Amino acid sequence: MLNYIWFGMILISVVVGSATGKIDAVTKAAINSAELAVELAIGLIGIMALWLGIMRIADKSGLVDIIAWLVQPITLTLFPEIPPEHPAIGSIVLNMAANVLGLGNAATPLGLKAMQELQELNPDKDTATNSMCTFLAINTSSVQLILPATVVALMGVSASQIFLPTIFATSMSTIAGIIAVKTLQNLKPFKREEN
Amino acid sequence: MMESVVEIFNTGAKYIIPLLLAGIPCYGILRKVKVYEVFVEGAKDGFDIAMRIIPYLVAILVAIGMFRASGALDMFISAVSPVLDLIGFPSENLLLALMRPLSGGGSFGLLSDLVKEYGADSLFAKIGATMFGSTETTFYVLAVYFGSVGIKRVRHALIAGLIADTVGVLSSVYICRFLFEK
Repeated sequence: MLNYIWFGMILISVVVGSATGKIDAVTKAAINSAELAVELAIGLIGIMALWLGIMRIADKSGLVDIIAWLVQPITLTLFPEIPPEHPAIGSIVLNMAANVLGLGNAATPLGLKAMQELQELNPDKDTATNSMCTFLAINTSSVQLILPATVVALMGVSASQIFLPTIFATSMSTIAGIIAVKTLQNLKPFKREEN
Repeated sequence: MMESVVEIFNTGAKYIIPLLLAGIPCYGILRKVKVYEVFVEGAKDGFDIAMRIIPYLVAILVAIGMFRASGALDMFISAVSPVLDLIGFPSENLLLALMRPLSGGGSFGLLSDLVKEYGADSLFAKIGATMFGSTETTFYVLAVYFGSVGIKRVRHALIAGLIADTVGVLSSVYICRFLFEK
């Protein structure tokens, strides 16, 4: 998909540029943009380093555990199919807590561990369970309180204005994701055969 | 009433970054973390991430740069804006919204393009940054997570993820227009 979009944009640019007589501008844009991409990335290093340093302190001081403790009760109600003492609950809670703090690198291994533990509870290993779909709906809607370092670096001082709108939008998308999975899971085309 | 909400928001927003910069190390000190050393160790990743995003930025900025210079982007925007104007969605943010579930690197490239073209303080950049922060690379996450345990039938997970993305994108537009549109 991405391959076609990227190729399509370049092909259309050359065709349209030739037709409108702007082919020189197209060439110039290609050369300048490539150069600018590297300058831009280098320019982000400082703020990203600042942000990642601060977030590493958050990580090392166990801020994740506090968030985990807060999200635990919500998790139990969202995943009624998982026995409360099952290790999957722990992994899901930690994954969500890492995501809330924007610690993407810490979140992914925990999420994959959660998937493995959910797979142990799955009677049909080829087909996703309700819990898996709920877990992924929450993950793909990205519950986040802290912005990623890349966005903070790119937006600079304006980043401060983005925090609250992002929390608002991500809450809306997470709520929508949860309503969607819980509604769709019992509809005929999506229902598991053995249920 | 609406104006005072926006004013309170703008005053509060100024304190968010300083609060995190002071608050997180403060908590670290309380938990006996060697804050300076841990900071430096974490900060090293800044360089790695910058190096890692360069190829994505080159790919996307070149493509969008050519697309804009050829006049094709203007044609695209004037073609979609009659429909998008009806729901108050800025056409400049459409490509980013479409790219977001497909590619993290690609959508970051498009966000960089908005910042470069209109400035970080512009409404388009703010809407874009909010979209980027509030949604995820849905297709990638599903592929990695389901792929890791060999699930072949994903049932309703993809549709639910895309519904969540759509709501996130629309919420980003409306909240930013409410707060930042002058």
